[in-house]
Amino acid sequence: MASAAANFKSVDLRRGAPLGFLFGALASALVFGLVQLANDPDLFFVTFMKSMGLGSVYALIALGFVLIFKATQTVNFAQGALAATGALFVSFLVAERSVFVADSIQTERYGQIPFTNLSNPLNAIGGPDWLFWVLSVFIALAFAAAVGLVVERLAIRPMVGEPLFSVAVITLGLEIMFRVFNNDAVVIEFRSLQAPWGLEGFTVGDELINWSFIAAMITAAVAFVAVYFFYRSRLGIAMRAVAFDQEAAMAQGINVGRVFAIAWAAGAVLAAIGGIFATQPPVDQTLSVDQETANIAFRALPAVILGGLDSVTGALLGGLLVGVAEIYAGQYAAANTSWLGAGYPLIVPYIVMLVGLLVRPYGFFGTPEIRRV
Amino acid sequence: MLGRPNLYTSYQQESQLLPTWTQKVVFAIFVAVLFLLPFDLPVISHIPFVRFLGDSDWLLIMSRMLVFAIAALGLNLLSGIGGQVSLGHAFFMGVGACAAVYLGGTSGETTWGHALPIWIWLPGAGIAAALIGVLVSPVAVRLRGLYLAIVTLGLVFLGLHFGNTSWGTKIAGAPAYGREFPDLDIRLWKEETPLLDVSSSGRWLWFEVSDLQKLYLFMLTLTIAFAVLSKNLSRSRTGRALQAIRDRDIAAEVMGVAEFRYKLIAFAVSSFFAGVAGALFAALLQRLQVEQFGLFLSVEFIAILLIGGAGTTAGPLIGSFFVVMVPEFVKAFTNWLEGAESGPAEILARAALTDGDDFGVINTAIQTPGWTLSVDAWNIVLFGALIIVFLIAEPLGIFGIWVRIRNYWKRWPFSY
Repeated sequence: MASAAANFKSVDLRRGAPLGFLFGALASALVFGLVQLANDPDLFFVTFMKSMGLGSVYALIALGFVLIFKATQTVNFAQGALAATGALFVSFLVAERSVFVADSIQTERYGQIPFTNLSNPLNAIGGPDWLFWVLSVFIALAFAAAVGLVVERLAIRPMVGEPLFSVAVITLGLEIMFRVFNNDAVVIEFRSLQAPWGLEGFTVGDELINWSFIAAMITAAVAFVAVYFFYRSRLGIAMRAVAFDQEAAMAQGINVGRVFAIAWAAGAVLAAIGGIFATQPPVDQTLSVDQETANIAFRALPAVILGGLDSVTGALLGGLLVGVAEIYAGQYAAANTSWLGAGYPLIVPYIVMLVGLLVRPYGFFGTPEIRRV
Repeated sequence: MLGRPNLYTSYQQESQLLPTWTQKVVFAIFVAVLFLLPFDLPVISHIPFVRFLGDSDWLLIMSRMLVFAIAALGLNLLSGIGGQVSLGHAFFMGVGACAAVYLGGTSGETTWGHALPIWIWLPGAGIAAALIGVLVSPVAVRLRGLYLAIVTLGLVFLGLHFGNTSWGTKIAGAPAYGREFPDLDIRLWKEETPLLDVSSSGRWLWFEVSDLQKLYLFMLTLTIAFAVLSKNLSRSRTGRALQAIRDRDIAAEVMGVAEFRYKLIAFAVSSFFAGVAGALFAALLQRLQVEQFGLFLSVEFIAILLIGGAGTTAGPLIGSFFVVMVPEFVKAFTNWLEGAESGPAEILARAALTDGDDFGVINTAIQTPGWTLSVDAWNIVLFGALIIVFLIAEPLGIFGIWVRIRNYWKRWPFSY
């Protein structure tokens, strides 16, 4: 009896209550999902594909956060602005003469290389439209990487060894600056990305599954496999060593500055890829860069935090989980929109994040910070 | 022994608000000038640079600066002294503003309100925000560093969504439209003629005072009260406990500082400051709009702390002057350049300004396509750049620069 009482006493309410709440929420969500699956399997499947598409976009953005965090131990708040910048680069390269309807028929192209008066050389070569688009995207990603490198060199490198929060605030300053330039470029007209799949897709039952969902999933899969192998390469091991202890890594002959630069370039590229998909359904139906595009990073932050700031697996699973929560809430709670407020799916990730953090303060796959006295 | 500025014989003496007589006199003069600034007095109008701040155009901006100072003082207690970095300060300001408009606003078909007097809704705003701060703290206290920053960032987005819901609209008004905010008149209860008329021009004692002058004096009084409160709190037992937690939390706990309790106090007090400032901020604009309390406002307060100098009471005050006034100075300077017709100003204007496609940096046209930006856009860029430059070049902020200058002269002619 005494030991049972002691056991009861030792249950920490601060830990137990949230855990119970989490399992309760998960169980009821599962039951609800099964009922809906039995009710209308087509709709459920389409919703699932949509949520995977959104989750893949979140996972891509989260992966950029994780890459930079693993190398520099800082959250890069400028990720959203870098995403919008990358998407803008694509729109510059594939611009057409009149942009009014997002998926209008391709007319004469006059894509320009950003910041120059040179036209996109791919224009002159010709070839199929989709190849032109894909190659342009690769050029845009190279530009995004260059932006990442410049930013790292000018604003982040001087802060090596400074408090981590100072570096995070510097990225906030960068976000503010980049946003002004991005917004100035899109304020008069939206910049369409001319994605070859447009708003098309295939139908299951009566519901449409966009090709962009599939494209986002494939891209995310490729990116995660690439990062997985990257962390097993020589450079990736160097990056992990730098994350573990900068000074010790330096003593082993690792060029810490170069590792920082590569992490930022890779982070900017991932942000740009995420930014491209942030203009496509299911995130955005306009197919073009607008002032909302940069918010994708803030929407993806719950995914990073849930998964843990330093975990690649966490980024993937956190992104998918948040995507599922957002899309399913948007699909099945739509009847209560007036009470929940227009656009309520957008805050679902944050609520999921708050609940998750009550249970695990370092996310589900994150490494708890080891503290010395 | 007397008259040596760095010699303290007791702790009490060292932690005085103003330890030396020089400081007492300078501070008294400074406060007097602040109070007399809006009035066209012969002495003050001869102080260069200061006089124009008392012009009616600048009084509203000065009032906004004072409101920002109150909120920044609150954030300083949490982040500067307690070391808990919060990006959710704008959220707590929004909570305060919503609580204030619920208590002080009028009830109608689409709105809820109780039309209570200011001495209820202004403290009520602070208390409501403090309660929300206490509610959030079980999550927040367990988190550290960037995790905490991101969670508090999440609060801002939750708060922005509040205005979209059908029940939130009753308090905050329609999205993007907002709701009329109660005026600052001090009433005993709901009577017609206020005890102290703050919102319209009129006579105070024997002086004729305009509405903007009244607003400025009202905000100044409140700001000084909150600055003294925050300074006293930071040199009390609570303040010392928070500093111990900031410097090394485990060590503080080992020494017997109750970490959870003091972090909770820090959250509550900082939210109280934010709530009051949020209500005053909405009162300045005479309209509550939830969209005002976004992430940018939070970043502004982080910037105020970093630029002014975190962890000091003077820092937030200097920082809010800098962050609020510099964009206004830039704007005023651009307006002046635009009006220049001859001399070097005209040459500079031709070089820097443009109203279309010609060469220039600042675009003065209403719409600014292409690669040139308007003054407002440049101000935001400048704001971001200032954050970066200060963090890289002077992490202790303007207060740090001042300390360096002071120490140089204290030690002169020795270098250390």
